[in-house]
Amino acid sequence: MALEVNGKTYETDEEGFLLNLNDWNEDVAKALAQGENIDMTENHWEVINFLREYYNEYQIAPAVRVLTKAIGKKLGPEKGNSKYLYDLFPFGPGKQACKIAGLPKPTGCI
Amino acid sequence: MSEEMDMDEGGTVKKFMFVNRKAPYGTIYALEGLEVVLISAAFDQDVSLAFLDDGVYELVKGQNTKAVEMKNFSSTYRALEGYDIEKLYVERESLEARGLSEGDLLVDVQILSAAEMGEMMAAQDVVISF
Repeated sequence: MALEVNGKTYETDEEGFLLNLNDWNEDVAKALAQGENIDMTENHWEVINFLREYYNEYQIAPAVRVLTKAIGKKLGPEKGNSKYLYDLFPFGPGKQACKIAGLPKPTGCI
Repeated sequence: MSEEMDMDEGGTVKKFMFVNRKAPYGTIYALEGLEVVLISAAFDQDVSLAFLDDGVYELVKGQNTKAVEMKNFSSTYRALEGYDIEKLYVERESLEARGLSEGDLLVDVQILSAAEMGEMMAAQDVVISF
């Protein structure tokens, strides 16, 4: 599969995850979000940027439980809970947010 | 799957030890083992990791995989804490035989002698070796 943004084609897997991490930029993220019917707000970007930082540091996309806990630690308990994250990413913060962040699917995410 | 792998019966917590014996690159064992460990964290079991033989190289600081063109996944061991996997045991004899010490490792571990490691393994419900 492929994603076209600003006349450039980006390769994705069969579920729409970017194949090459380095392809990611904000426009690509917006296009990926559009495919998920998500309007990116500041709160969305905050999670996306957090995920990219996490990946840079640990070389994996975190499991949802781990992401929720880590967000709580960094951004406060009002954001580190399932309800907040599922409100932003209704089909699962693991899957949808990782996709928009240009990361691989989280390990153990089926 | 065998009976002893059955994790959802009555919610009993079992002691799982994942034993890492191979160098991080060259074979897929170390990376696959690590992925299994990360997945196991979702099942709320009592998980520990043991590093023996060339497996101790998996935890050495400053790995550089450019020349072998493989992903350097060593920083993922530092993510284990966030997955509540905090029992990492390293065999002293394996470290010493390779001229390594605790200070060469990228995560906090508990160093055990071969005899202590044997006791630790004997105390597990399930031991899975990579």
